[in-house]
Amino acid sequence: MPEAPASPTRTLSEDESKRRLAAHGVPVAPERLAADAAGAVAAAEALGFPVVVKLRGEGIAHKTERGLVRLGLADAAAVRAAAADLLAAATPDDGDVGLLVAPMVRGNRELIAGLATDPQFGTTVLLGVGGVLAEALADVTLRLVPIEAVDAAEMIDDLKTSRLLGPFRGEPAVDRVALAGVLLALSAAAMAEPTIVSADLNPLIISDGRPVAVDALVEVTV
Amino acid sequence: MRGEPPAPEQFRALFDPKGVVVAGASTHPGKFGFVSLHNLLAAGYRGDVFATNRDGADVLGVATVGSIEDLPAGRADLVFVCTPAAANLDVLRACAAKGVRAAFVTSAGYGEAGEEGRRAEQELVAVADDLGMLLAGPNGQGVVSTPARLCAQIVAPYPPPGRIAVASQSGNFVSSFLNYAVQTGVGISRAVSAGNAAAVGVPDYLGWYADDPETAVGLAYVEGVPDGRAFFEQVRAAAAAKPLVLVKGGATAGGQRAAASHTGSLAADDKVFDGACRQAGVTRAATVEEAFEAAATFATQPLPRGPRTVVMTTAGGWGVVTADAIGASSLELAPLPDDLRTAIDAKLPPRWSGGNPVDLAGGETRDTIPEVLELIAGCPEVDAVLQLGLGIQSNQARMMRAGPFYPDHGLDRIVAYHERQDARFAEAAADISDRTGKPILVATELAVADPANPGPATVRATGRLCYASADRAVTALEHLWRRARHLQRRGRPLP
Repeated sequence: MPEAPASPTRTLSEDESKRRLAAHGVPVAPERLAADAAGAVAAAEALGFPVVVKLRGEGIAHKTERGLVRLGLADAAAVRAAAADLLAAATPDDGDVGLLVAPMVRGNRELIAGLATDPQFGTTVLLGVGGVLAEALADVTLRLVPIEAVDAAEMIDDLKTSRLLGPFRGEPAVDRVALAGVLLALSAAAMAEPTIVSADLNPLIISDGRPVAVDALVEVTV
Repeated sequence: MRGEPPAPEQFRALFDPKGVVVAGASTHPGKFGFVSLHNLLAAGYRGDVFATNRDGADVLGVATVGSIEDLPAGRADLVFVCTPAAANLDVLRACAAKGVRAAFVTSAGYGEAGEEGRRAEQELVAVADDLGMLLAGPNGQGVVSTPARLCAQIVAPYPPPGRIAVASQSGNFVSSFLNYAVQTGVGISRAVSAGNAAAVGVPDYLGWYADDPETAVGLAYVEGVPDGRAFFEQVRAAAAAKPLVLVKGGATAGGQRAAASHTGSLAADDKVFDGACRQAGVTRAATVEEAFEAAATFATQPLPRGPRTVVMTTAGGWGVVTADAIGASSLELAPLPDDLRTAIDAKLPPRWSGGNPVDLAGGETRDTIPEVLELIAGCPEVDAVLQLGLGIQSNQARMMRAGPFYPDHGLDRIVAYHERQDARFAEAAADISDRTGKPILVATELAVADPANPGPATVRATGRLCYASADRAVTALEHLWRRARHLQRRGRPLP
């Protein structure tokens, strides 16, 4: 039975969301937490440049809209300046804030994958074409949780723009087994953690042919 | 909320009753209580027929009784209820006492009729449940079962017998499917209009059809799916046993929850339903017509083992357009292997196309079409065949027969020859399909433009569907291939 749609939910922070999903096998970009600008520089030096720095906090969900993501930071000075800016932009509603430092994942193709709860069918797993045109293209396919490997493979075939998954602008073809693995991991997460109401991997970047989640958002019932 | 599906013996009482009671038979030919008795008798139902009428009047030669209590016990196991809603609880109780195990309630005034109607419906369900009686409807059009020659419905038609079983949330779509059966000759095993589906829903019927030896394929129309998860589990189990074709109308109620997530906003209801169908191996058709043709194809053709399709045509343009349709589908236009091409060379002048589509280019003589068809279907690298151009000789014959010169100038002989040839070609398609175990679909607009043409008429006589266009044949064949692929990928045997 689908659960009652009225139960209250909360959204986990990005790093908590990623930890939850990574535990079930979702590939996420490696990242480090830092408390301040100096910590962010140290983390960036350990990960290797260029990096992304984001403000993290329990109350922060829509980082991009608020300008709380700084991409392609090439050296320590850029990281230091971005970190100071982001910490200064925090508001009291954001709660305890810190910095998230991650390597800049490069890839020309963005997909979206996730979990959503349908009021009639219960938890579903979704795969779609991501990026700025995602909603206009609406090239998405869904299955009911749990899925099997064959369902995951068929979801990839369902995409209307599946040509996008072949060799593309100097990048190799998408590793379909790895991409199916993302969908199976999401399904496994939903089965193991019934409190998950929704999950977003947006974007799921195809880097050297392999999918990597560079942002994640998990919503759970309280 | 509905409970467990009815037991098999309850379904047998509905679809294969030894006797039927029409409760509320009327002497007025415009009333449902008359029409339902008329249809039951006119279709030649094999079992006993009883009827109740307030005044005990004869209706259509059936001696009615004023009350169910006056009927013999143990002679009927289905009651077709036309009485007003207020009378129906007593009708069910009295029928149960006589051994009736299933009721089709056509009366309105239930869940569709406001708060009071909803209460009456709940009461009806509870009483039927207590009595151990299957409750179909209420507010439905009826039930058809050709193995029993049963036509207990308030509408026409009574379809030809066949292997398609229909269940619909809308009674009018039962009629639509049955009308297509009448038109095409591809017949029906069972059909039921679920009405308000108070106790028995479309997936419950589909579950029983899956085990019904008279049925080869389920065909259903659904609208709202309030408990989608339970629906999914039921149709998945049914589709595991045999093909199941669904057409869905309307958007489901309610949007996505989790508005905070991007995923949620992309997950439109229809895409969830579509994904659930793919996962369950259910064939989803876009229109009622496409749904019937898919079901008719499942019922009358073997499943292809692969996507490799060959088009055989007597003229170029048809083949080109059909090749385009195949190219836009998940079927493949199979390249002709060298040995097949050489074998066809021996049957035709060199101007034939030399590839797929196999365009005979007017080079055929008396036996060419059956012989080339046999070569193509017999080739191990071919999974399915589309045959185009049937009936053109008979179409000319028709004009000759109707013209001012017939039967002189040798016209009688050539007309008879043309008509015999088209009939042979249609028979060859069915025979070769049976022998090779491969689908061979015949398409011509003459199927609707001139159904009496010996080409399409003979296709119908072989029990198969003559497709009104090559595009529609490609769509139907693709549905078969997708089902075969679904089974193959999951390691399940093909029938």
